[in-house]
Parts: sequence; C-alpha cells; structure tokens
Amino acid sequence: MPITASLALTLPELILSIGAMALLMVAAFGGDGLSRAIGWGAVALFAAAGVSLLGPAGSGGPGFEGLYMADSFGAFAKLLIYIAAAVSVLIAPGFFERAGGYRAEYPILILLSAVGMGMMVSAGDLLTLYVGLELQSLSAYVLASFLRRDTRSAEAGLKYFVLGALASGILLYGISLLYGFTGTTLFAGISDALAGGISTGQMFGMVFILAGLAFKISAVPFHMWTPDVYEGAPTPVTAFFASAPKVAGMALLLRVAIDAMGSGVDAWRQVIIFSALASTILGGVAAIGQSNFKRLLAYSSINNVGFALFGLAAGTPDGVAATMTYMAVYIAMTLGSFICALQMRDADGQPVETIASLSGLSRSRPGLAAALAIFMFSLAGIPPLFGFWPKFLVFDALVRAGFWPLAMVGIATSVIGAFYYLKIVKTMYFDEPTEGYAPSSSVIEGGLITVAALAVSPLGYLAIPLLDATSMAAAHSLF
Amino acid sequence: MGFPILSLLIALPLVAALACLFVDARSARWIALAATLVDLALGALLWAKYEVGGPQWQFTEHVALFGRFAWALGIDGIALLLIVLSVFLMPICIAASWQAIEKRVPEYMAAFLLMESLMVGVFAAQDLFLFYIFFEAGLIPMYLIIGIWGGADRIYASYKFFLYTLLGSVLMLIAMLWMANQAGSTDIPTLMAYDFPASAQTWLFLAFFASFAVKMPMWPVHTWLPDAHVQAPTAGSVILAGVLLKMGGYGFVRFSLPMFPVASAELMWLAMGLSMVAVVATSLIALVQEDMKKLIAYSSVAHMAFVTIGLFAFNRQGIEGALMVMLGHGLVSAALFLCVGVIYDRLHTRDIARYGGLSNNMPKYALLFLLFTMASVGLPGTSNFVGEFLSLVGAYEISSWVAFVATTGIILGAAYMLYLYARVAYGTARNADAAAMPDLNARELAILVPIALAVLWMGVYPESFLAPMRNDVGAILARLAPTAPHSDAKVAIGRAAIPAAPTPDHAAEAHH
Repeated sequence: MPITASLALTLPELILSIGAMALLMVAAFGGDGLSRAIGWGAVALFAAAGVSLLGPAGSGGPGFEGLYMADSFGAFAKLLIYIAAAVSVLIAPGFFERAGGYRAEYPILILLSAVGMGMMVSAGDLLTLYVGLELQSLSAYVLASFLRRDTRSAEAGLKYFVLGALASGILLYGISLLYGFTGTTLFAGISDALAGGISTGQMFGMVFILAGLAFKISAVPFHMWTPDVYEGAPTPVTAFFASAPKVAGMALLLRVAIDAMGSGVDAWRQVIIFSALASTILGGVAAIGQSNFKRLLAYSSINNVGFALFGLAAGTPDGVAATMTYMAVYIAMTLGSFICALQMRDADGQPVETIASLSGLSRSRPGLAAALAIFMFSLAGIPPLFGFWPKFLVFDALVRAGFWPLAMVGIATSVIGAFYYLKIVKTMYFDEPTEGYAPSSSVIEGGLITVAALAVSPLGYLAIPLLDATSMAAAHSLF
Repeated sequence: MGFPILSLLIALPLVAALACLFVDARSARWIALAATLVDLALGALLWAKYEVGGPQWQFTEHVALFGRFAWALGIDGIALLLIVLSVFLMPICIAASWQAIEKRVPEYMAAFLLMESLMVGVFAAQDLFLFYIFFEAGLIPMYLIIGIWGGADRIYASYKFFLYTLLGSVLMLIAMLWMANQAGSTDIPTLMAYDFPASAQTWLFLAFFASFAVKMPMWPVHTWLPDAHVQAPTAGSVILAGVLLKMGGYGFVRFSLPMFPVASAELMWLAMGLSMVAVVATSLIALVQEDMKKLIAYSSVAHMAFVTIGLFAFNRQGIEGALMVMLGHGLVSAALFLCVGVIYDRLHTRDIARYGGLSNNMPKYALLFLLFTMASVGLPGTSNFVGEFLSLVGAYEISSWVAFVATTGIILGAAYMLYLYARVAYGTARNADAAAMPDLNARELAILVPIALAVLWMGVYPESFLAPMRNDVGAILARLAPTAPHSDAKVAIGRAAIPAAPTPDHAAEAHH
C-alpha cells in the first residue's frame, strides 16, 4: 500500500494533530485572551475529524503494513472519544474562569490527547499501541495538574504521573515479553503465534499487558489512583478522564484481547472475569461510605467498567458489541453527572463537592435534580432509563456464551451499586434543603445536561436499532 | 391492528404526568383526576369491547421499535381485569390525596400518573423484556412516593422496598435472557407454548420465583411490605396493596405456571409450604399489631398466600379462586387502607388504642368499615368469599392438609379483623378528640362507596369476572395437565349410580 493511501487512513489524526499545532501557534502569539476562540476551534476540529471517519479512515482496513487499523471498530470508538473530548472542552471555560483564568493550553492538550487515543483504538501493533497510549497519558498528566496553584490538583497530577508511569512500565514489560516469545509485535502475528498453544512466557506477557491496560481503565485491582485523581483534578478534566480515555482504554483492551490474543481467549478470560467481578463489587461497596461527590463518581466509574468488562469476558462478537454500546451509553451518563457536578458551587462561585450539599436540591433547582436523578438511576441500570440497556446487552452476551452463573453473580452485584446511587437521589429528594447553589446562567452546560438526560431517558431506546447495527459492525471487524 | 387503545391507556397518564410537572398544585390535582378518569373510561371501554370467548389475545399491537424486542401489547381476560382494577383504583387514589398531600403536589401527582402507566404496561406487555422494563420501572415512582411523602421512618422503608424488590428481579432478568436465547423469541404467547428442557425449568422457575415471591410477597421475604405500607402515604399503600402485589400473582399465572409446568409441579411443595406458613404466621402476627396499617399489611401477606395456594393447586377452582382473591383483595385492602387514611387525616395517628367508639360519632364510616372488614374476613356475599372459597376447594382437591392449614387462616383472619373493628368502632371513645371526629364528607364517600359497590358486585355475581378469565384459565390448565400432581384427596366427580338397562316393565311404567 503506498504511503499516501496509508496516510489517508489516518485523516482524523492528521486533522487533529495539525490543527492542534496550528492552535498552539495561535495560543503562543495570541495569549490567553483567545482561549475561548481556541476552544471553539478545537471543537470544530473534533467535528471535522468525526466527519472524516465517513471516508476511508472509517473503513479502509489496515495501513502502514498493519501497524494501523482503520476499521469500523476504530471509527465507533473514535466517534465516542471525539464527542466526549469536545464536551470536555465546551464545559471548561466557565469553570476555569471562576478558578482564576482559562488558559489556551487546555483545549490543545485535549486535542493532543485525542490524537493519542485515536492511535490507541486503531493500533495494529504493540508499538503503535504504546506510542498512542503515552501521548494520551502525557497530556492527561498535565491536565490533571492544570490548576497548578491548587495543591489538590498538583497532587492529583503527581499521583497520576507516578502510578501511570508504573503502569506504562508494566505494559512495556509485557510487550517485551510477548515480543520475545512470539517474535513479532504485530497483532496478527501474535495471534498466529498463540494459536498453537501458549507458553509460560507468553502467558506472563499477556498478563502484564492486561495489567497495564487495566490501570488505564481503572479496573480493580489497578484502580487505586482513580478516586484521588478524580477528586483532585479540576472538574472538567475529571469529566474528560472519566469519559474519553475510558473509552479509548476499553477499546484498546478489546482490540488487544480479541485481535492479538484472540486465540488464547481461555487463558485470559479468567483474568477478565476476576477483574470484572472485583470492579463491580469494590466499586459498589467502597462508594457507600463516600461523602465527596466526585469521589463517588470515581467509584461509580470503577463499577461501570466492571460491567463493561463482562462483555469482553464473553469473548464473542455479541460481547464486544455490548461493551462498546456500554461505553457509548456510559459516556452520556458520566459526562452528564460531571456537568451536574460543575453546577455545584456556592454563592461565591466556589465549587462544592460534598454530597450533603445536594440536600433538597429538588426544591431549589428542580431541573438539575431531575437530570441528576435520571443519571443516577441510569448508572444504577434501573429500567426504563437507558442505562439499563447496556447492562442488558453485556449479560445477554454472557448468557449466550453459556456463562449464565457468572451473569447471575454479576447482576446481583449491581444491587450493591444501586444503594449508593439511591443515596444521591435520597439526598436530593427526601432531605430538607440546605443553603443551595448559586444559580447558573451557562446555556452550554444547561444544554449539554439536557441533551445527556434525554439520551439516557427512555427516549434512548429508540436508538437501539442504530446502536445495535453500528456496534455489531464494529465488533465484527475484530473477529 | 385496530385502534391502539392499550397504547393510549399507557400514554395518556404519561403525558399528564409530564404536564403536571409544569403547573401549580391546584391544576396538577385536576389534571391528574381528569387523566385518571379518562383512563378509567378507556378501561371500561376495554372491558366492554373485550370479546368473552373470543381469541385468547385481544387488542394486540406489535411495533418492532427496539430491535431486540418489540413494543408488543395485548391482553387476555386475566390481564383485562387487572388493568380494570388498576384504572379503577387510580382516580380513587388521586381523590384520597386531594387534601392529605399538601407539599410538592405536582410531583406527587406526576409520580402517581407515571405509576399508572407502568402498571397498565406490566399487565398489557406481550414481550418478555417490555414486561421486565415496566415491571422494574415501577420501583422508581414508588421509591419517590414512599421517600418524599411517607411517614417518619420513610427513608429506611423506601430503601428496603427498592433494594429488596430489585434483588428479586435481577435474577429473573438472567432467566429471561436465557429463555429468549433458547426459544429464539421474546414473544410471551410463544414462550407460553414453548417446552423448555425439564432440567432447565427448575432453575428458571426459581429465578422467577425469587422475583415474584418478593413482589407478592410470600413468607419469609415479606418483611419489606409492613415497612413500606406503614410509611407510605395512604394512596401509596392503596396502590401497593391494590395493584403492585398483584404483579407477583400475575407473574406466576403468566410465566411460572404455563412456561415451566414441570418445575411448577416439582416445586409445588415449596410454594404450598411457604403459603401455609404465611397464612398461619402472618395472621398471628396481625393479631398483636398496635398499628392499623401494619395489621392490614400483615393481613395482605396472609391473603396473598391464598393466591399462591390456589395457583399451585393445578386445577380450575384453585386458579380461578386465586385470580378472584387477587381482584377481591385489590379492592378490599385498598378500601381498608383508605378507611385508615380517613381517620388518620383527622387524628394523625394509626395507633389502634387512640380510637374507639367511632360508630357513635361516625356512623357512615363505621358502616363502610364494617362492610370492608367483613369482606376481608371472607363473608359470603362479598368479593373475598368467592375467591377464598374457590382456592380452598382447589387446595382440598390436591391436598387436604394444605386446605386444613389454610382454613385456619380464615378463622384467624376473622379474629384479627373483628378484633380491630371492635377496638376502633365499638365501645366508648377513649379520647375526646377521637369522639369529636366528624363523619365522612362527600369526597370520602365518593371514594369509598364505589369500592363497596364493586365488592358487593363481585360477591353477588362473580360470573361477570369469572367469564372473561375462563378460557385463559383453561389454556393454563391444558399446559399443566401433563404434569399436574396427583391429589391425596382422591376426589371423584359425583355421579348417580347408573341404573341397569331398563326392563320392559319399567319402560311400560314410564309410558303410563
């Protein structure tokens, strides 16, 4: 394949990286006064990159001798990533201006991170994977400590960096083991090498790679950084962390597990099952005692990642499609919750994060309370809210694959999680009002909350045929 | 497909619920009342148009809206009557809350209207997953109703209600997924005719049992019910006792019995055993309650045990009796909670000891309360007699021991209900404020009298209610027939001794 054809496959990444560099120049010479304009520019770039997925970038097949895969799986994941990243850019200005100044680097870092995530989900080789992952992570470390004068933000950045570097090391060690024992870093080659039985060295390599990736999606037992980083990072950044990199990490995990290690499914399935069950249980139990709303959402994301992993545990196209649908609905729920968290601020405009401050919200801000209640019931997976549907799909995939006892245990753990989501609803609806929050005049935030709430409301069920068709097409491109 | 009356029955309260959220308290009350009355009219129309002896599934609608499952609605006679019960109780609930609810009225009305459309949806759904969604969705409005407008201990009760029922139902979902994959269909009528492998049936049955037993509720998973009833506002208790508990019984009739006949027969002892314990134990518990609502809540558990006893008798009398108990109990327990609500609104206590001698100052109230008490006891001429008698006859055919134990429940039922009535209505007033309570006003009469009439109608002419269900019960019996367990009573159908062939003499005599 000529290099130009391969480059055409990476059109979204080209748009984003060239655009990011151009915006960086604008920021360098225009100063922070142009921050908002740069933010809108970034959103436009995301839109353009999303549109470019309609071309060969969304269905062109392998490029660069198999290093890069432009298939419908990558396109599905990228679309989710771009939406989540664009929302994270849109909600930022209001927050940072109240915190003492919006800086133009924020949208640019998100753009660069999105380039990395695009590389991750389209990786056809362990090294493409690693380069993409590092680009995403490095941007994320800076974003976590974006409020550099705020000690919590700085702490979050440092914690994320140290633990993230450790995880990268683990991942790299796994990659080197797998390379050593299979003689290739191409997914297709690894798959061939594993087909004839798995040696101990290959097994070690696979487990290390899975551990490194589990860190990125904050699956138990590699979840420890999540609550601290989510709590400390500025809220728009946390919204970003909880959405786009989660999708990218999960998609990458799916691709590695199915594309590269698909022939060893019985070897890694038990690892995934353990991680999924541990995540749903720990994410549910540990959240119960939390009093900080962002920390609670961190545990909620651990919990939800666990459910999404059940789809991978099934190891079938159904399961992969279910996991991708899960991530699609998950970003709507989680972004919605975090934008609601952005609205939590006192009369001076300072952010409030305690759950107790939500008391009686249904009377002071009925619309906000209703939206948050929708997100909470949806995260808990209670029908008729749309959060039920992805849970339905992952368990359906498990049952179809014959793992019904696991499905029984898994769904029972969702009841634990329901408890703390109910706690939020209880605080908003049953408790007496406290002083309440400052009114919000942000049209963008209000509009995004409305859109997200409508998406996870029962109206979402009308999107099932579309979601089914696209996620199945995405899943089949892996098998 | 004709006029989508079932969709309209579901959509109308939903639209009204949304409308309620944007208006003030006064308008919300009127919108809610109007919407529920229109739904009642639609329900009456549904009953009128229902063709008794016609096709098994009527008013069917099918739109493949959601890819994996469909917006499929349709009713048989059983679902018809439960829908009529729901839409009948709903305007009564709204009227009962007219003055009792003062805070956050628009949300309250919206929650009840949402509840109505979900209840109708549960009984009308013909798709497995559509049923599940309606079944589970009911938790959200009920959680809010108990939690926002409930009594002092409402938060504990609302959590317990929500988590208990959720845990029961999620296991059912896995069973449903398995069934849909096995049978390749999510259509309930198709699944009702599908023969699942006998080994799987036991597991499927137990998963459904977990859900329906909690919802019903059966002993020993009934403990959420007294808490929820006591804390819920009056109308919340009415809906809970009147309709939500019936979802458990409906589930047994619609899913467990026809879909898993082998397992139903094998595990009959489980259902019967739990029901026998429930009848005796909860009746005894009801006997010592000091709180009126708690007493009626325990009596509900006992009455619902008659439903399971009837259903698992595997014969026509039993199943028809169980369905009649469901309908009768829906009316009577709703009315009893309303009766408690009437005096609670006046004195703000449910403590039995605070009342007494109400027949002196509240004669109309005492009369109606007496009627409902008698109906609850199962006096002939009232609705509950028909159902309890039939289900006991059914139980006797299958096992005389079950019938023996269950019948003691009737005696105990009479004891706790009459004891309650005597303490509240007879004697002399123990407190001046209780003696000063005014009698029923026009609104309260308008709430209670229709239920009283319906109770008497069911008791005097049950055929109106039995006729629509007859063929559907027959269909279930046909499914159960190959596996129905043998009875220990060995009842034979009575027939006169056949005379020998008539001799010419006799024939000649006959001509004379």
